[in-house]
Amino acid sequence: MREARPRIAVITFPGSLDDRDMCWALGSLGAESIPVWHAEEELPDVGAVVLPGGFSYGDYLRCGAIARFSPVMKAVERFAADGGAVLGTCNGFQILCEAGLLPGILRPNRSLRFICRDTTIRVERADTPFTSRCKPGYLLRLPIKHGEGAWFADPELLAEVEANDQVVFRYTDNPNGAIADVAGVCNREGNVMGLMPHPEHAVDPLLGSGDGALILASLVEAAGVRLGVPA
Amino acid sequence: MLQGPGENAGVLDLGDGLAVAFKVESHNHPSAVEPFQGAATGVGGILRDVIAMGARPVALLNGLRFGEPGWKIDRAVAGIGHYGNCVGVPTVGGDTTFDEAYSENCLVNAMCVGLLPVERLMSAKATGEGNLLVLFGATTGRDGIGGASVLASAELSDTDADKRPTVQIGDPFLGKKLIEVSVELTERGLVASLQDCGAAGLASSLSEMASEVGVEVHLDRVPRREEVMEPWEIMISESQERMVAVVRPGFLEAVQAVCDRWELHHAVIGKVTDGGVLRCLWHGEEVGAIPARFLTDDCPRYVITGTPRTPQPLAPTPNLPGDTAATLLALLASPNLCSRGPLFEQYDHIVGSRTVRRPGLDGAILRLRPDTKGLALSLDGTGRTGRLDPFYGGASAIFEAARNVACAGGEPIGFTDGLNFGNPEKGEIAWELQQSIEGLAQAAEALEVPIVSGNVSLYNESNGRALHPTPYVGCVGIVADVRHVPGKWHAGDALFLAGAPGLRFDGSEAQALWGTLSGQPAPLDLTAEAALIHFLWRSAPTLSLAHDAAEGGLGVALAEAALWSGPGCHVDVPLDTLALFGEGGGQAVLAIAPDAVAGLESAAAAAGVPLHRIGTVGGDGVLGVPLTAVRAAWETPL
Repeated sequence: MREARPRIAVITFPGSLDDRDMCWALGSLGAESIPVWHAEEELPDVGAVVLPGGFSYGDYLRCGAIARFSPVMKAVERFAADGGAVLGTCNGFQILCEAGLLPGILRPNRSLRFICRDTTIRVERADTPFTSRCKPGYLLRLPIKHGEGAWFADPELLAEVEANDQVVFRYTDNPNGAIADVAGVCNREGNVMGLMPHPEHAVDPLLGSGDGALILASLVEAAGVRLGVPA
Repeated sequence: MLQGPGENAGVLDLGDGLAVAFKVESHNHPSAVEPFQGAATGVGGILRDVIAMGARPVALLNGLRFGEPGWKIDRAVAGIGHYGNCVGVPTVGGDTTFDEAYSENCLVNAMCVGLLPVERLMSAKATGEGNLLVLFGATTGRDGIGGASVLASAELSDTDADKRPTVQIGDPFLGKKLIEVSVELTERGLVASLQDCGAAGLASSLSEMASEVGVEVHLDRVPRREEVMEPWEIMISESQERMVAVVRPGFLEAVQAVCDRWELHHAVIGKVTDGGVLRCLWHGEEVGAIPARFLTDDCPRYVITGTPRTPQPLAPTPNLPGDTAATLLALLASPNLCSRGPLFEQYDHIVGSRTVRRPGLDGAILRLRPDTKGLALSLDGTGRTGRLDPFYGGASAIFEAARNVACAGGEPIGFTDGLNFGNPEKGEIAWELQQSIEGLAQAAEALEVPIVSGNVSLYNESNGRALHPTPYVGCVGIVADVRHVPGKWHAGDALFLAGAPGLRFDGSEAQALWGTLSGQPAPLDLTAEAALIHFLWRSAPTLSLAHDAAEGGLGVALAEAALWSGPGCHVDVPLDTLALFGEGGGQAVLAIAPDAVAGLESAAAAAGVPLHRIGTVGGDGVLGVPLTAVRAAWETPL
């Protein structure tokens, strides 16, 4: 019999691009990745959920604005309300903001151009399911690749987000004009996080960096705890 | 070789049951009329050629030639990013060159590389009488009608704004769904053959499919964007994101289910017959029929007669701007040699989690996960030298692409070529075409590496003036172990120059900046060129860096290596301006740890490759110029 591993759902929307890479990265860190099609109305029995990057629905209308209406999103909302860890990277972050599960929005980059390059982000909080393997102040090298990744909140919302310690990662070299250098932000409860950089493209030093493994291994551990399966 | 020229793309066996499919294709005329959509649909088109072979696309490269930096190339780059980024295929390399000769006739060549299990190899040729033709993907509209005939097969002129409606509009989201559906259909063995709808639409794809069997198509059953379309319009519409599959009747339901899941239009539009005739029906009535081979192998052929151009005398040395430092900085700040970072940054080059070496130096490297084997890829073109000597232009395009792959640690295993020429009905252009093809062929033969696919773009002329004869060559190489490839040089490394070709300024970047295009490039020694390339990939695992010295010569190559790596270098042999900035055949800068020098020297001696120690890595300058000044000059322009 195969040893039980923490199961994590990776959702594929039409136009998701990093879903296969995310499945591979989580698998390499000890998880069992379960691809879930966006039209499903229920999630399988998993310990965490990931909304990967890409161009869901071609980014038509507005990034994430159509995907948030996918049937699976109701199940994701229920999973989050029940305290399950939900990670959205890049387009997944945009979808979570559009769905109202995360504060703020993502605006076009300051350069008005798509940007693909490595950035450095600083860990602000280590007490989330996404950063348990980190310490505050850790600097992680992760790639970004997006055209609309500048996180924005109006002054009142920003003050609230800061007061609640919801900023999980900040850029040290703000590449896109994000307000307050925000690269990753979580909900008030801390179990839903969006991150513009791509941890799944930084789990193999041969491909540039291994720092993303700290984030994804944290998530695998959280999924294991929720399911009662040791990571 | 699993598939040579004649299908949508060439396919080579990589061993262990894996194969690679690749091809380069041009989308020049549409990009000249509308750069954004022209470039975007160029990417879409080459992706479909590769998925038609049963492969999943894993890399894109592009060759861009424009008159000068400005809005046209900015829009083309944005269009390539728009499509490539949205379909999730990384753009890992390419070549960008500016020359006044391309100001009215830009070139946009795109290369796609895909991977497939050997047993999944597909053909576009229809088989099995009674099998069904299923068209899936986008609906068919009036966009792109006459794209191939009106636009691509005539010279451009000042009235071309009128031709904008013949440019197709790309929908990358649909393109992404088309990739997923096609890969799933071939993976599950649901289709007998697969064909993309490219230039000349159904007319072209159906005639290629029908040539060995026969095909009957009901044009009224084609899903359309506008109801009132004439049968002939449906036949030649170049609406993007469409594929035709041959499906055994028993698999139809399963094929429809895959299309439905991805929300793609699909329709059974006809069936495979026998007798070799392509029959078109409109509400049951025959509206056209032709033996398909008249449109493919037995089509009328032009006989072109080449008129050789008289060779020019050698050119005078260009007036370089003063000393070595001034010349080096001016070259690095020129549009052709400055940093391509601002362009490549607009492309996703990491999706797929295979990219070991990103764009920036010679070839890109992809890892064939979970194996540690890899692919090295490069796309390179020549232009000015081909204007002076088209044989040289063709041969050096092959050698440059192969050298770039070899410098990245790849053993070249196959080429694809894209020929961009003027109007071949003119004697001089016909001669350029003949000579260039001869150069490509002889260079490939010298390397003993096949050219497995290609594309030809003719009539690249505006108001009677042709561009430089421009062959683009894509090279695919195998990297034995991606953990042991040249990377960056380190302080203390020994610095070598491999190769000793004849060098001239004729056709060089220095001549382009400070002279007039004229003269004759130094003749190529084909055997020496091939020997250098084999030596480079064989030695690669022992090198800390290998970098091809191409445009701008050795001086620029040293600066590029330093900018890529970090430290500068000390050159301790005398180098005159011709040695530093002249151009010619193959030479490469190599850096290696001191304790490995003896092995490299004996390998070079055994291979008969000239190898000269020219200095040591270290310091914060190159050829006496501080690296800060070098970087500032190189990074500023684009």
